[in-house]
Amino acid sequence: MIVCMKQVPMVSELPWDRKTGLLKREAAEGMMNPACKSALEAALRIKEGHGGHITAITMGPPMAAEILHEALSMGADRCLLVSDPRMAGADTMATSAVLARAIETFCSDFDLVLCGCHTSDSETAQVGPQMGEELGIPSIASVDDLKLTGRRLRVERVSDHFLETLEMDLPGLVTVTTAHYTPRYIPMAGLQDAFREPSILTAGAHDLGMDEAELGLEGSPTRILEVFSSTAGKQNVVLAGTPRKIVEELFERFDDAIGSVIRKDLKAVK
Amino acid sequence: MGEGKRSIWVFGDYRNYFQNRVTLQLISRASDLAKAIDATVCVTVFGHGVDEWVWEYTCHGARKIYVCDHEKLKFYSNDIYLHLMEKLVREHRPEILLVGATAFGREFAPRLAKRLKTGLTADCIGLDIGEDGLLVQTAPAFGGNMLTKIVTPVKRPQMATVRPGTFQEIPHDNDAVAEIVRVPLPDDLPGDRVTLVSSVRQPERVQKLEDAAVVVCGGRGMGSRKKFRNLYELARILGGEVGATRPVVYSKWADEEALVGQADKHISPRVLISFGISGAIQHTAGIRDAGFIIAVNKNPHATMMKMADVAIVADANQVCTALIKELRKRIRS
Repeated sequence: MIVCMKQVPMVSELPWDRKTGLLKREAAEGMMNPACKSALEAALRIKEGHGGHITAITMGPPMAAEILHEALSMGADRCLLVSDPRMAGADTMATSAVLARAIETFCSDFDLVLCGCHTSDSETAQVGPQMGEELGIPSIASVDDLKLTGRRLRVERVSDHFLETLEMDLPGLVTVTTAHYTPRYIPMAGLQDAFREPSILTAGAHDLGMDEAELGLEGSPTRILEVFSSTAGKQNVVLAGTPRKIVEELFERFDDAIGSVIRKDLKAVK
Repeated sequence: MGEGKRSIWVFGDYRNYFQNRVTLQLISRASDLAKAIDATVCVTVFGHGVDEWVWEYTCHGARKIYVCDHEKLKFYSNDIYLHLMEKLVREHRPEILLVGATAFGREFAPRLAKRLKTGLTADCIGLDIGEDGLLVQTAPAFGGNMLTKIVTPVKRPQMATVRPGTFQEIPHDNDAVAEIVRVPLPDDLPGDRVTLVSSVRQPERVQKLEDAAVVVCGGRGMGSRKKFRNLYELARILGGEVGATRPVVYSKWADEEALVGQADKHISPRVLISFGISGAIQHTAGIRDAGFIIAVNKNPHATMMKMADVAIVADANQVCTALIKELRKRIRS
C-alpha cells in the first residue's frame, strides 16, 4: 500500500510572496494534513487485518520529511520524500504527475494508493483523482469507510445526499475523509525513535526521469495572478448619525444589494 | 477552432435539486461571460430519460445542448461520463468548461482535466473575463482567509469547478429555444471499473441557518434578551434566519441552534446583518463565506466593522428597530 501525504501549515495567517503569489512555506510551522493522517490510519487498519507493507510518500521541501517521521512512528514501513527546488509552485496537474511517477519508479507493484480527500491549506481535492488517472487505475474519491475482501475493495461514502456503496478491483486508488478513521495516538518515545531511524528515501526530478517542462510552474497549466485577503475589495462604507438617518442612507445607497436578495423592490415610496 | 464560433460549456449535473440549481447558476454566469468573448452557451446532459433536464436548461439560458440519452448512462458514473465528455470536448473544443462543485463534480472535473491535460481551478467563487480575454477564476485558499485569482493562459478548455450559490440563475423562460444535438452512445464506451452496489438517498438535512440567503446575527451588544428578540422580527421581514454568538447563547438570549462560529455553524448568506458583534475569530470563522456584510456596532474599531461592506456606528438595537420600521414602509406587499 502507498499513502500519499502533504505537510500543511499549522497557522491560518500566512506569509505570501507578493510578487509570485506563492506561499512562503519555509516561514510556516508544518503538520501532517488531517485527511492524509486518516488515509494512513485506514492503511494501518488494512495492514493489521490483511498484512501488507506501507510506503508513505510526500512531495515538498526538505522540511516535509517531518511528517514522514511521524508516519513511520504511526506504523508506516518505508518513506519517500520527493523533493526538488524545481518542483516548487506546482499546481495539481504537475503535483499529481510527479507523485504518480514516484510511485511507478519506486513501488510499481502496489495494490492500493490512499490519499487524504483534501488538504486543509488549498482544499482543491484534485491531486488524488488526478493521480488515479495518471496511473491508469480505477479510483474513488472521498470515502468514509473501506473493507477489503481478497483483491476486491468495498467502500462507503456520502456523495451529494446519496449514501453510496461501491466496489472495485485492486490495484486502485481511494481518497479518504476524516469521518471514520481517527488517527492513532503516537507516544512521544515512538516519535523519537522514528527520528533516529534513517529509513527515509529521497528522490529528485532526475531520479524520476522527469525534465523541467513537467515540473513546478512550467509543468502547471494554471497561473496565479494574485493573492489577496478575503476582506479586500470590501468597500467598508462607514455610516454614522441617528438610527433613522442611517437606515435611510443605507436603503438609498444599497437598496439593490439587499433588495435583489430578498427579491423585493426597496425603493422609497414616493 | 473548426466551427467558427467559440463556446462556453456547462456540465449538466441534475441528480438532485441542489445539483440542478448549481447547473442553472452556471448557465447564467456562462451567459454573461459569453457576451464578453462572443461565445455560445452549451450544456451537456448525460443520462437516461433526461428530456426534462434538457427542457429545464433551455428555459434557463442554454443555447445548445449536447444530449446523450441511453440506459447505460442511467447512473452517474465517472468512468463512463469521463469517456463521453472527453470525446465531446476534443471534438468541439470549448474555450471554457464549468462544472458545479458538487461531490460528483469535484471528482469528475479533476479527472477530466487530467485527461485533457488542461488546468482546473477548484471551488471558484468568482468568474470574470480579463482584459486579455482569459477566464479569471477567483478561488478561496487557506480556509477562506485568502482569495486567489487564477488563469489558464495556454491550455484549453479553461476549467473551473464552481461553488453552489455563487451565481444567480436566469429566471425561467418558457419561450426560450436551444439547438438540441443528440449524441449517439460511442461504440468504444468502456466498462465501469467501479461497481455501484447501492445508492440510498439520504433524507435532506434541515439546514435553515446554513442555507439561508439572509442572516441577521446578534451579539452581546444587542443589550438584553428582550431586545435580542427584535432580531427575530427583522429576520422574519427579510425572510431570513437569526444567528447568534457564543456569549449570547450562554446568556440564554438565543438557543444553541442559532450558534454561528468556528466549531459551530458555518453560514454563507448573500446578505449578513451583524448587530453588536465585536468579531472574535471564533465567530468570524463561521461567517467567512458571507456575501454582503452590514455590521452595526458602537465601536467603529471592532473587527466585525472592518470586515463589513457597510459599517454602521450606532446602537445595535436602535438600528434594528429603525430597520424594521423602514422595511415595513418600503415593502408594500
